[in-house]
Amino acid sequence: MNPTDSPKEYNEYVTKKAPSSPILKDCFNAFWVGGLICCIGQLIFFYCKYKGLDQTSSSTIVSICLIALAVFLSAINVFNRIGKFAGAGSLIPITGFANSIVSPAMEYKSEGYVMGVGAKMFTVAGPVLVYGISASVIVGLIACFFI
Amino acid sequence: MEYFQSIDWMTMLYCFIVGGILCVIGQILIDKTKLTPARILVIYVTVGAVLGGIGIYQKLIDFAGCGATVPLTGFGANLAKGAIEAVKEQGLLGAFIGGVKACAGGIAAAVFFGYIASLVAKPKIKKQ
Repeated sequence: MNPTDSPKEYNEYVTKKAPSSPILKDCFNAFWVGGLICCIGQLIFFYCKYKGLDQTSSSTIVSICLIALAVFLSAINVFNRIGKFAGAGSLIPITGFANSIVSPAMEYKSEGYVMGVGAKMFTVAGPVLVYGISASVIVGLIACFFI
Repeated sequence: MEYFQSIDWMTMLYCFIVGGILCVIGQILIDKTKLTPARILVIYVTVGAVLGGIGIYQKLIDFAGCGATVPLTGFGANLAKGAIEAVKEQGLLGAFIGGVKACAGGIAAAVFFGYIASLVAKPKIKKQ
């Protein structure tokens, strides 16, 4: 059978040939890797608490440590492998945010340090910051005028 | 060794479960919809900011600690929380200052470390 006879047949052919996404396995991997990353954060958090730091500083230090770890793993090309295995498990924690900054920055290095590294760094992080900061300003305005 | 005694293992367990569930929701979004990772991250931050704004997310943070703050929803909630707290102190000005101020450490670290890494690391040669 020629698979491209009609659009319908072609679609059926593609569906049949496409690898079936094992969603349960994906979810399981995402669950334990994501949970593990959060637990590493929690260990750092408890250590900061143990050293007598307050809640806000501890949270910031956790973010910075996890970001530094993710950037390091991205730079030595280990993070990509974790990402392939864990999917959202490494994307959703702040490690994914850090990785989304580093990998385009490394990839577009050949285009120069300003328009390459500097600009492409924010391909994914830019939208995240735009929507996050805008939402926070809206929340702040609502809090200011209505509460 | 005193440090290990100071660890609250129940929080650790809740942290693992809540962090894991947030990631599973993301994984289902990836597998079942055509959303790109960038869109999912944007959705997470925005949802986090909204939940943080109405105060629900703080309860999850009290319950699960870093299981709630480390995923990007926590980043959004932190932005919203910073904005609200700054509004209480400085009024209207706080709405613009507070959010970014609360997350400044994370943003600056990501940009700085990312830039350094891109200077130092060699880009991976793609095998065709």
